[in-house]
Amino acid sequence: MSSNRFNGFKDLGVGIGLRLPHYDHILSKKPVVGWFEIISENYMIDGGRPLHILDQILEQYQVIQHGVSMYFGSAEPLNREHLKRLKALVRRTKTPWLSDHLCWGSVDGTYSHDLLPMPYTFEAAKLTADKIKEARDFLEVPIAVENVSSYAEFHVSEMTEWEFLNEVVERADCGILLDVNNIYVSSQNHNFDPFTYLHSVPIDRVAQIHIAGHSKYEKYILDTHDHPVIDPVWKLYARAIELAGPTPTLLEWDDHIPSFDEVHSEALKANRYVPSNVPELAAVSE
Amino acid sequence: MNLAELQRRFSEALYTPLNSNEGIADRTLRGESMQQVTETIIKPNDRLSSTERLEIYSRSYWFRLISSLNEDFVGLRAVVGDQKFDALVQAYLTANPSRSFTLRNLGSRLESWLRANPHYIHPHEELALDMVRLEWADTECFDAAEDSAITLDDIPELGEDPQLHLQPHIQLLDLQYPVDTLLLEIREEEQESDEASNTFSETRTRTRVKRVRNSNPKPVFLVVHRVDYLVYFKRVTPEAFRILTSLQNGMRLSEAIDAAFNPSTLPQAKITELVQGWFREWAEWKWFGKQAA
Repeated sequence: MSSNRFNGFKDLGVGIGLRLPHYDHILSKKPVVGWFEIISENYMIDGGRPLHILDQILEQYQVIQHGVSMYFGSAEPLNREHLKRLKALVRRTKTPWLSDHLCWGSVDGTYSHDLLPMPYTFEAAKLTADKIKEARDFLEVPIAVENVSSYAEFHVSEMTEWEFLNEVVERADCGILLDVNNIYVSSQNHNFDPFTYLHSVPIDRVAQIHIAGHSKYEKYILDTHDHPVIDPVWKLYARAIELAGPTPTLLEWDDHIPSFDEVHSEALKANRYVPSNVPELAAVSE
Repeated sequence: MNLAELQRRFSEALYTPLNSNEGIADRTLRGESMQQVTETIIKPNDRLSSTERLEIYSRSYWFRLISSLNEDFVGLRAVVGDQKFDALVQAYLTANPSRSFTLRNLGSRLESWLRANPHYIHPHEELALDMVRLEWADTECFDAAEDSAITLDDIPELGEDPQLHLQPHIQLLDLQYPVDTLLLEIREEEQESDEASNTFSETRTRTRVKRVRNSNPKPVFLVVHRVDYLVYFKRVTPEAFRILTSLQNGMRLSEAIDAAFNPSTLPQAKITELVQGWFREWAEWKWFGKQAA
């Protein structure tokens, strides 16, 4: 099991994203699930139904926070209001680690609400690592950064994406949320071998893995999280597990969300790749 | 080019509205050639030009933000019509890029922007502004804090003339049109509509909006509040509304009641009876909270 200091030494198994269409099912049926991942920003609020639901989930399940707007790679400083709200949520959920993306998305106080690709430069790596360290010191919880899907590359880049990832996580001494679907999507969009990327990842830093589906267009692939996981992505996942050992794994399904059982059973396919001498990570719900 | 410069250049292209075919525009908001901007920063590949690669992000940005405002302001869309709403939203977002880490706050400046740019809602300015205020109040109410409630029995213990604090989720709106019922009808239509009945649903919505548009303005005093995590709209009398507004502004109980009924032709006994009834109701709905220290 890839339990390490970047995931609080937790053996969590397979989890799924906590999404609104499944609230009633989860609260009424109480399915057996390893853990739920929440989008932090959905709960960085003062009150109301989302926090009420979250509190009920927290009574029964382990919750891990995943963010979408910290923007470690933006040239501007971290947003202090964002950090304060995030810290309040960390205290509420007691998440053993939290993740956000290795990307940028804000400029001069304006927000794109997207995960924009980094230029792979030493300047960007240093700034990003400094911001990760600052956030970790403030939040007092391990941070894992997730590789994103990308559709553009910059002239100024001085290294490959995987070299950039290494540079950032070594400088920040942080964990990695390894998204094998994102590796696959970017490999198709930028013509590289996804296994070259995977084999370059400092595997001892992998705190968590994401799997997901995507959409294929004529000239590129889009990371849409609205399909089952395809075979080439499972192959990457199998190799990642072979390298890292069983690792907390999360299926992302964010659009055209099917029933809870369908999402859950897709996620549990990850257990096929757990070595036979290791117990399965989470039982199928009844 | 350093990181800050690159991100500014990228954002200028990203924040430029799409063209009429929902593709990337030829020129940025600053009038520069989009092709030149993208070629300066983005590498082409064997399938896509620099501009086409940025277009993937640009379309995603605009679709995401427009979709978010569409969800939050279904009532405004119904009032002004689809075409005007699309133009309004694009202009609003161009003038007001998001300044919050959450899309929840995207519409926070819509009312003030529409007041400064009324041609986007002409000739239904008042109705549209009422609807925007209501839809934003609904957003604010949904996830605002809720303090421990004060019961009617607790009130005497707060002193002879207490300052009663309204729950943070309570929003008070003085409106010109009955947009509360209109919005509920529009939402019901949206929920009920499916592929087969879309046309009928849209027609019903248009008829309802037209009915309200053509009616004479009639003041509505509305409390947007929350019970068991659900948002409700409650109409109150002008006097009750003035009391609640005064309490929200920090006035003491006696001052709030004076402000509501001064002057009034009602006998004091009637005023007392009314006020007691209102406070009984409001306390039952947990509208008063213990303010956090």
